[in-house]
Amino acid sequence: MNATAAEVARPAAPEAAPVLLGHHTDGSITDRITGIVLQRGRGAGFWLAIGISGAATVLFVVAIAWLFARGVGIWGINQPVSWGFAITNYVWWVAIGNSGTFISAFLLLLRQRWRTSINRFAEAMTIFAVAMAGLMPILHLGRPWFFYWLAPYPNAMNVWPQWRSPLVWDFFAIATYLIVSILFWYMGLLPDLATMRDAARRRGRQLAYGLAALGWRGDARHWHHYRSAYLLLGGVAAPLVISVHSVVAFEFSFANLPGWHSAIYAPYFIAGALFSGLAMALTITIPLRAIFGLHDFITARHLANIAKLMLACGWIITYTYVIELFTAFYGGDRYEIHTALARMGGDYAWIYWTVVACNVLVPQLIWWRAVRASPLALFAISILVNVGMWLERMMIILTGLYQDFLPSSWGNFTPTFWDWAILAGSLGAFALLFILFIRFVPALSMTELRRLNRDITQAGS
Amino acid sequence: MSGYGLLAEFDSPDALLAAVRAAREAGYRQLEAFAPFAVEGLDEALQLPRSRVPLLALLGGIAGAGGGFFLQWYSAVVDFPINSGGRPLDSWPAFVPAMVELGILGASLAAFAGMLLLNGLPRLRHPVFEAAPFARASRDRFFLCIRGADPRFDAQRTHAWLQQRAALSITVLPAEAP
Repeated sequence: MNATAAEVARPAAPEAAPVLLGHHTDGSITDRITGIVLQRGRGAGFWLAIGISGAATVLFVVAIAWLFARGVGIWGINQPVSWGFAITNYVWWVAIGNSGTFISAFLLLLRQRWRTSINRFAEAMTIFAVAMAGLMPILHLGRPWFFYWLAPYPNAMNVWPQWRSPLVWDFFAIATYLIVSILFWYMGLLPDLATMRDAARRRGRQLAYGLAALGWRGDARHWHHYRSAYLLLGGVAAPLVISVHSVVAFEFSFANLPGWHSAIYAPYFIAGALFSGLAMALTITIPLRAIFGLHDFITARHLANIAKLMLACGWIITYTYVIELFTAFYGGDRYEIHTALARMGGDYAWIYWTVVACNVLVPQLIWWRAVRASPLALFAISILVNVGMWLERMMIILTGLYQDFLPSSWGNFTPTFWDWAILAGSLGAFALLFILFIRFVPALSMTELRRLNRDITQAGS
Repeated sequence: MSGYGLLAEFDSPDALLAAVRAAREAGYRQLEAFAPFAVEGLDEALQLPRSRVPLLALLGGIAGAGGGFFLQWYSAVVDFPINSGGRPLDSWPAFVPAMVELGILGASLAAFAGMLLLNGLPRLRHPVFEAAPFARASRDRFFLCIRGADPRFDAQRTHAWLQQRAALSITVLPAEAP
């Protein structure tokens, strides 16, 4: 409004924006966040979103039912490409989940103040993404009703899981990850659920939030143990994220396949997970911020910071792309070289080059201040990165499998309608869960915002 | 006087901190403080002992990792020895990933359950919930409760003392329901 000429000429650095805008009090923060759940009328937009995501969820259920009835033959997979969309979806979803914990746990341990407004989103994103991810390998099993054979339990068959298999490690990794993510999320929610209980006016809501809050009183002793436990959960969640995605990478790198059998896979996958998850965080945060008017709490600084982290991860990804090629040629193994060339020039070359465009070139736009300051531009970039990262997993799986050692066993993969239905359906189910989360649960951490607000106003006075 | 205590309301964390410190100086020991967020310095003012949550989490982690390793070792070496590519039965490096995950799971569950246990939660009914002003304890108000069980507690004198601390409201809390 009263900006100087210089500020008009050059957009202000979004990183310089405060982490909290406007003059808030504990009360106004509480009203604003509880209002999203308790007061806001359900507009046409809400029902439209429910309708679309609900329809996609129905498609998901139908696709799963048809899959259970007919088997994995309804998909495009066969020999030699026996891993198709399901495993691509799995790696993509679990990566998105990983980044949610990264945002929440790592930034907590690093005492980053800008974490406060986005951690609950990120944790919810983790839980729903891991739920989608966890379904995929089960759907991919030829006999999904036996999935519990992965769990170690004394059984009438007198057998135990094969502990030397990354698939069994993965069962433990994903199960632990889902449980710890839910604990971390629920624990962060406890004081806010107490706020909801006290702010709710209708009996049913008071009862539901009251039960969920477990009788939280905000006692100093509560906070004392709570802070200790929360920090500990953050502390164990951080190495958990790394281990989970390393195990996902082992599922590839333990196989003796050219293009997969590589020591770089674990760090490669972890960087890719952060990259795609940060993109998904932007994809989710930007529209929600606009729809629910959260500009005071999620400022230009948050978006710019996520974008910068994404750019940094993009460079690690770029590095691994280069090193993969280098290793293939430097190693001199003819199969490795063939796979590298088939990636760049084979039947699926378009996937490789789209991946390079989306994951290497597009993020470079973030170097420009105007791009970082524009939610629309960041949203577009985040969508492209999401697409790029999904295609990257598709590329790894396809090009690792479609031309292996024996030319007589080469074969291509063409997705069927049911492949696409599972992908679209999982996106819909994820969106539906997220909308319901915003509808029923305080979407931002009120306790942490109150604290942040106090810190800022005290530092200012 | 056998009530739960007196609940005084304050409008800022600083006022609550000052009141807690003054109460300790005045000799009160059975104090409870309530805030809508973790107030810095409140633990020290109340002289709370160190939280035992980290110890519980450590034990949980050790139990998870140890149990996880034992499970794998027992099943792979004793109960179901199977030759897998000529590897030794006790191929412990392969047991590490699942052991790490189970260790983290144990630590997390212990931290969460320990937090609830030490806080006496879930507990849906509590005398402070009977006080009308307490609805704002989860919003923007700060409360100090001096327990009726405190040896220095006296219904009139403690009430007067709290009034001098500029409390916004003072509520007499009834005794805990049996």
